[in-house]
Amino acid sequence: MSGGVDSAVAAARAVEAGHDVTGVHLALARNPQTYRTGARGCCTLEDSRDARRAADVIGIPFYVWDMADRFHEDVVDDFVAEYAAGRTPNPCLRCNEKIKFAAVLDRAVALGFDAVVTGHHARLGADGLLRRSVDAAKDQSYVLAVLTREQLDRSIFPLGDSTKAQVREEAARRGLAVADKPDSHDICFIADGDTRGFLAQRLGEAPGDVVDASTGAVVGSHTGAYAYTVGQRRGLHLDRPAPDGRPRYVLSITPKTNTVTVGPAEALEVARVRAERPVWTGGPRPEAPVECEVQLRAHGDVVPATVTLDGDTFRAELRRPVRGVAAGQAVVAYRPDPAGDVVLGSATIAG
Amino acid sequence: MAYLDHAATTPMLDEALEAYVTTAREVGNASSLHAAGRRARRRVEESRERVAAALGARPSEVIFTGGGTESDNLAVKGIFWARRAADARRGRVVSSAVEHHAVLDAVDWLAGHEGAEVGWLPVDAAGRLTPDALRAELAEHGDRAAVVTAMWANNEVGTVQPVSELAAVAAEYGVPFHTDAIQAVGQVPVDFSASGVAALTVTGHKLGGPAGVGALLLARDVAATPLLHGGGQERDVRSGTLDTAGIVAFAVAVEAAVKGQQEYAARVAALRDDLVERVRQAVPEVIFNGDPLDRLPGNAHFSFPGCEGDALLLLLDAQGIACSTGSACSAGVAQPSHVLLAMGADDDRARSSLRFTLGHTSTPADVDALIAALPAAVDRARRAAALRTPR
Repeated sequence: MSGGVDSAVAAARAVEAGHDVTGVHLALARNPQTYRTGARGCCTLEDSRDARRAADVIGIPFYVWDMADRFHEDVVDDFVAEYAAGRTPNPCLRCNEKIKFAAVLDRAVALGFDAVVTGHHARLGADGLLRRSVDAAKDQSYVLAVLTREQLDRSIFPLGDSTKAQVREEAARRGLAVADKPDSHDICFIADGDTRGFLAQRLGEAPGDVVDASTGAVVGSHTGAYAYTVGQRRGLHLDRPAPDGRPRYVLSITPKTNTVTVGPAEALEVARVRAERPVWTGGPRPEAPVECEVQLRAHGDVVPATVTLDGDTFRAELRRPVRGVAAGQAVVAYRPDPAGDVVLGSATIAG
Repeated sequence: MAYLDHAATTPMLDEALEAYVTTAREVGNASSLHAAGRRARRRVEESRERVAAALGARPSEVIFTGGGTESDNLAVKGIFWARRAADARRGRVVSSAVEHHAVLDAVDWLAGHEGAEVGWLPVDAAGRLTPDALRAELAEHGDRAAVVTAMWANNEVGTVQPVSELAAVAAEYGVPFHTDAIQAVGQVPVDFSASGVAALTVTGHKLGGPAGVGALLLARDVAATPLLHGGGQERDVRSGTLDTAGIVAFAVAVEAAVKGQQEYAARVAALRDDLVERVRQAVPEVIFNGDPLDRLPGNAHFSFPGCEGDALLLLLDAQGIACSTGSACSAGVAQPSHVLLAMGADDDRARSSLRFTLGHTSTPADVDALIAALPAAVDRARRAAALRTPR
């Protein structure tokens, strides 16, 4: 229970479904901020109190579990290391994979609990298949697709059949004061939202060149390649305009030479994606290529594709090229379904 | 429910509750000059006399406060400020490593904000302070000591300190000695003047009175600078409208607790000894913490090797058993107990601890319930702790 509206309603629904429910708030920050600022961040002391109050209203026991060290190692350090390696990590996904449905779940099972309930917007029904939420704008199946069969079998997502608006209404009806609490956005452990500053603090300044992909010419400089993401256009501060006068985008980051390579939008287009560490939960692991749809970043476009699994490699041939595919993000394969698109599997985009 | 957390708070005594309700129905500010005010004043002064008589103090030495934390802060900061104001060389506070946070954090605050030096007295493996350690401290720094503060009995492990001996050492060096006796009053004999202390903290809700009311017993010749400024209602040391009903109920509870102390201690200690024996049988690896003899009658404190105290607490809570890890929380996250660390326990042992405290409503059925639930809880807590990746 984060202290937000989703987990509060999820807990209430789990109680109503007949489960014996205990509320758990995760203390993830070593020095929690006392108050939230705007819609940013979570796990402040105020959030912890909101979660406790929601548990009171629902009538369930409530505890704070200290996961700060695990979170720091598995999510925050990983986040910094991934950027340092020129990739673009998704820390929410990593938190689900390593904390909520791993460290927390394992501890809960050892203590005698059967499952972890969260307020994620995704459907997980009796068929064991993970599906998109009915609320397309709030769907979180992308950051849950990393979960294995074993993890999904011990997970309950009571909110997948509701829109966010319905969840808020229900919270108000249940007398939960968090009903109108703003949604949390951005990265919870970067309270001020300044990812670049956060990385600079940890990785230091490392000045290097910005190079044009077609000419190889140095067209600018940067103070740390880690601050850039593939597809980024703003904040490049290039000294010289491109010969054709058109905007240039980050095409790739090369940590070895500390180089940021830029080029025209077309050069961002990718039709083939190679990814690693595949997870497949939408059925038996496929031996043959699978026709499906793939999503390449959170809230990103969905494109038809052919997916092939080969050992530890996940390949996707896209029907139409997409821009801004960044290494470190997840590729998630979905099977379109009128009852909610089904997550087939996912993997981490290599590069 | 088996309530085994009386050291956190204990149910109000019927007579205290009745006294509260009766008094709370009456209007009157004890500082008002009219008849209603005089009636309230009379209730407060009668209560002051009852508290003084029960605890071996003079009525003028009883300062009513908003509870234990306020009394501790007033004693530690107030005496420090007054003594330093009288002689600027006196900038040192002497305290122990096992104090409650109400004292510990007040001392830390003086160090951080008032430039106070701190002499921390060590404890032995049972959590006991020694008069020799205090003597050594004062022999070296006595002329600079503003105040010595050491608790009468420890809230976590239940160890009772040799307070009279410590106070005698402080008196030799002319340094006022404050003791936090919150856990002691009603549990062990407490006599303010006989103990030789200069200041003593007592609070209502640990002995059958209401929460939010307590007292600082402050010897007449000891000055304290106020924390709260206002009407100066209590000896010009403490301001704030007197909580007449709370004070009356507090006095009734103090009187009853002190009067019944011997009988209470014998009954509760027998129950506690049974609890300890049966916990040892159920979980042979358990470590019993604190002084085995000089301890509070209702306190049983254990380390459960291979378990985390907060996991055990959750599991026992689910079985209707209320106990405590005894340690402070930071944002709801259990910290390893500073008391156990000061006693030489390592981090794991400190985190594996659980406190069971009995009180005036405890029965053998409470102990039975604990023993029935404990083995399964320990098994599960061990499995959960085994998941922790070593680092």
